[in-house]
Amino acid sequence: MHEIGIASEILEAVAAEARRRPEAVISAVGVKIGELSNIDRDALDFAFTALTRDTPLQDLRLEIEWCPRRQSCPRCGESFAAENYAFTCPACGEERTNCIGGNELDIAYWEVEEPCAKP
Amino acid sequence: MREAVEKKVLSENDRLAAALREKFRERGILCVNLISSPGSGKTTLLERTLASLPRGNAVAVLTGDIQTDNDAQRLVRYGFPVRQITTGGTCHLDARMIERGLTELGFNGPGLLFIENVGNLVCPASYDLGEAAKIVLLSVAEGEDKPLKYPGIFHRASLMVLTKTDLLPHVDFKPAVARENARRVHPDVEILELSCRTGAGLDSWLAWLDAMQRKFQAETAAAAR
Repeated sequence: MHEIGIASEILEAVAAEARRRPEAVISAVGVKIGELSNIDRDALDFAFTALTRDTPLQDLRLEIEWCPRRQSCPRCGESFAAENYAFTCPACGEERTNCIGGNELDIAYWEVEEPCAKP
Repeated sequence: MREAVEKKVLSENDRLAAALREKFRERGILCVNLISSPGSGKTTLLERTLASLPRGNAVAVLTGDIQTDNDAQRLVRYGFPVRQITTGGTCHLDARMIERGLTELGFNGPGLLFIENVGNLVCPASYDLGEAAKIVLLSVAEGEDKPLKYPGIFHRASLMVLTKTDLLPHVDFKPAVARENARRVHPDVEILELSCRTGAGLDSWLAWLDAMQRKFQAETAAAAR
């Protein structure tokens, strides 16, 4: 629902980097989106495409890494992806495990093409 | 060439929210952020809360809506400072709106600041407003499976308030199932049930707020030492 706002923030970060390094070409931006972040992947893709069309960033690719909710077991140290609210530790059966992942809403990387140095 | 960035998408909002949280701590303002679907009873709960607080208490409200200042008009009657934030289409409040609203409100604390978010269980969960606690309301006229459908907010809320419990005889809502679903998403979430219509359960809500304020004051006093 707020994917337009999220896409704008991502594009603003890329634009700021592009202003900082006018000689470089940023070809892709990689983001990590967690299951608990309330972001719909398709809506984010759509917003990103809509906001970049006919702008200097129109060739920029958005690469989304989807991050499931992850739990960590305080008893045996196991960490595991929790699907469908199954939070019980698969290794030792502990029911009270801690959420350690799934909140991600991060810019992870960009792909940058620097022009070749002149010989 | 791939370059690692490791930057929060909402880093600008997070930066403003951190500054607000620091300001709240310095001024002794306990800030709570009320979030729910439209029509779950956020404004009514605030009305009942303001009506039961002595006028001398330092309390203020920032209330958000996409359009209209209807909520502010309802809330201002209780004699506390109230400011409407009209987002003009945006589906959530963000830290910048709170920063501006706080200035307009002229509330310097110490005391209690309520933020009533835009009615929406999705987007408000992503925006830190510097609050000490997020509170999610779920009315018994909705479905018990809301915590499973909208895990983001139920995972982040410290407290879930089941509202409109006077309707329970007329609806199929099972509070025990809603509680179980909320605990599946967030095992440590606190849960209260109340009816603003009959007043049942309001005392536990006021006691919860009071306990939060005491805890907050103790923490800020300890941090100041």
